[in-house]
Amino acid sequence: MKRTSWFNITSLVLGFSFLYLPILLLVIFSFNESRLVTVWGGFSTKWYSEMWQNQGLIDAAWVTLRVGLLSATIATVLGTMAALALSRHKRFAGRTLFSGMIYAPLVMPEVITGLSLLLLFVAIDFARGFWAVTLAHITFSMCFVAVVVQSRLVTFDRSLEEAASDLGCPPAKTFFVITLPVIAPAIIAGWMLAFTLSLDDLVIASFTSGPGATTLPMKIYSQVRLGVTPEINAVCTILLGLVTSGVLIASYLMRKEQQRSQFKSAAAP
Amino acid sequence: MAKTLGPVRREFAPWNDPDAVPYISFQNVTKRFGDFTAVNDLSLDIYEREFFALLGPSGCGKTTMMRMLAGFDAPSNGNVSLDGTDLTGIPPYKRPVNMMFQSYALFPHMSVEKNIAFGLKQERIANAEVKARVEEMLSLVKLEEFAKRKPHQLSGGQRQRVALARSLAKRPKVLLLDEPMGALDKKLREETQFELMDLQERLGMTFMIVTHDQEEAMTVADRIAVMDEGRIIQIATPTEIYEQPSSRYVADFIGDINLIEGRLTVLPEAEFADNLAIMQCPGIGSNSDVGLEIQVQCETTSDLAVGDRGWFAMRPEKIRLSHEVPEGLDPANPVNAVKGTIYDIAYLGDVSVFHVKINDDVIIRATQTNTTRLVERPLSWEDRVWLYWGADAGILLAS
Repeated sequence: MKRTSWFNITSLVLGFSFLYLPILLLVIFSFNESRLVTVWGGFSTKWYSEMWQNQGLIDAAWVTLRVGLLSATIATVLGTMAALALSRHKRFAGRTLFSGMIYAPLVMPEVITGLSLLLLFVAIDFARGFWAVTLAHITFSMCFVAVVVQSRLVTFDRSLEEAASDLGCPPAKTFFVITLPVIAPAIIAGWMLAFTLSLDDLVIASFTSGPGATTLPMKIYSQVRLGVTPEINAVCTILLGLVTSGVLIASYLMRKEQQRSQFKSAAAP
Repeated sequence: MAKTLGPVRREFAPWNDPDAVPYISFQNVTKRFGDFTAVNDLSLDIYEREFFALLGPSGCGKTTMMRMLAGFDAPSNGNVSLDGTDLTGIPPYKRPVNMMFQSYALFPHMSVEKNIAFGLKQERIANAEVKARVEEMLSLVKLEEFAKRKPHQLSGGQRQRVALARSLAKRPKVLLLDEPMGALDKKLREETQFELMDLQERLGMTFMIVTHDQEEAMTVADRIAVMDEGRIIQIATPTEIYEQPSSRYVADFIGDINLIEGRLTVLPEAEFADNLAIMQCPGIGSNSDVGLEIQVQCETTSDLAVGDRGWFAMRPEKIRLSHEVPEGLDPANPVNAVKGTIYDIAYLGDVSVFHVKINDDVIIRATQTNTTRLVERPLSWEDRVWLYWGADAGILLAS
């Protein structure tokens, strides 16, 4: 087999440049000495210290962090419960409908999710702001958690639970000392995913946010409309770092778990 | 001295004692899953300290029997009792039985010692005693050095022993073993079978094993129940199952056997003092007048009348082969002997398997132990040979 051809190398370089060059530029310019975004004025980290002076940005970051932690945690609990219900009870009325509806929000356009949530909050007269954004984020990230946890439960050996029961452990305790620890990597991966999604959501937050609950993506977007500053580049670089590590940790956990279960099934068919 | 069937492993046969009280009792148990009947109106008694095997092909209901005793499945009809207590409605975590799972079901996030201690920790047992019991179990299965390891750091055989130790730790009234050696290779399996037997005798516990491997069942068990389609076909000791099967199904399921269909011409005891029956075996289908006549010792079963269809069942290793007419045989009127042509030979090292063609319909398999390295006049393809056997080599079956 021919290992490299110029065509392959060219298409690879072009493709990856297209994907990552803009991001690379953003990271590079966050270390720019000059105030002008497009003119390189030497290396500096001053924007990273400068951004801490921008109270608006700090507030927005704080809101984002709180929304992320809260919504990811609640979404993980609900999503895990949904996944358990779907994989444990093979036959109940409307199971197909229910499992289809769990997946639907994954591909639902965010504008529609945001708009419908806005309509709901207006209809029930729920104040738009921090709690509305949190609820909205729970709604859409829950299904991601459910999908991740459910895929782990497919390979979960139910005889582990039977063994615990056989050894004298009642069902509720079995869930907490056996089931939960075994599927924990998938649950943590789900949480990471939910947190990351919440962190970088702009569209749904814009629909459901209110005064005093501006999230970081919203803040960045509104500032950029007035002109890109190197400060924003710095914030974005940090955000990028957070999101990337979140996704990496989640996929690492899932792969490790997969390897372990593969090893298990290979050794004991 | 009276002849017995095969070697006697130990003097233990409560099932022959009419006063013995069964320890585990299945009474008219039926289990249905939807339209499928897994266990069909089945009654079974198992005695204390017995090593009992449920043997059958997959889907015969043997695992369901075990799961009903463990409490994972409830009988649709009938009831299961243990040591005089009806188990109906008692959840698995309150039953004094423990199970060793086919997949071992070791808790992956716990070390070997934590796995073994798990059952003990569910009861209010002092930590010091738990620790002592775990150590005792670890030394019982010779895994002392592996106490801190996680299951995925162990080999298949070691995991199997952890699973065994875990299920024995609580000293259950009954230990259930679900295909315990399915994942081990042949050598390790044989070793483990003997270890399991010793362990059971030493601990004096009641063991119940589910397996589809007849060799495994015969090695370890005091009694075997052969199951098919939710029913028990025969319950007997391994030697009885092998030497005195109650039907063609059992005979064919356990080991290798020649089954020759025929018609009974002389009833046992009617004509012969030695309890013999004579069966005419015309073969099935064509050339039916080329009958081969076989004399069988018929001490068993069978309400056969003269003229009834029956099957003469004989194990291949009980047949001898010779080029010459066997001593004391009248070639014109052979008794327990028949002439044929060697059709196929398989040399397996310890034994050779011969397929001998009697006529177009009947091929008899005979195995010969290769007791010497050199043979003076070897049997070869197309040789005309006499097959002959003792009067107690075969058995006549009605069904």
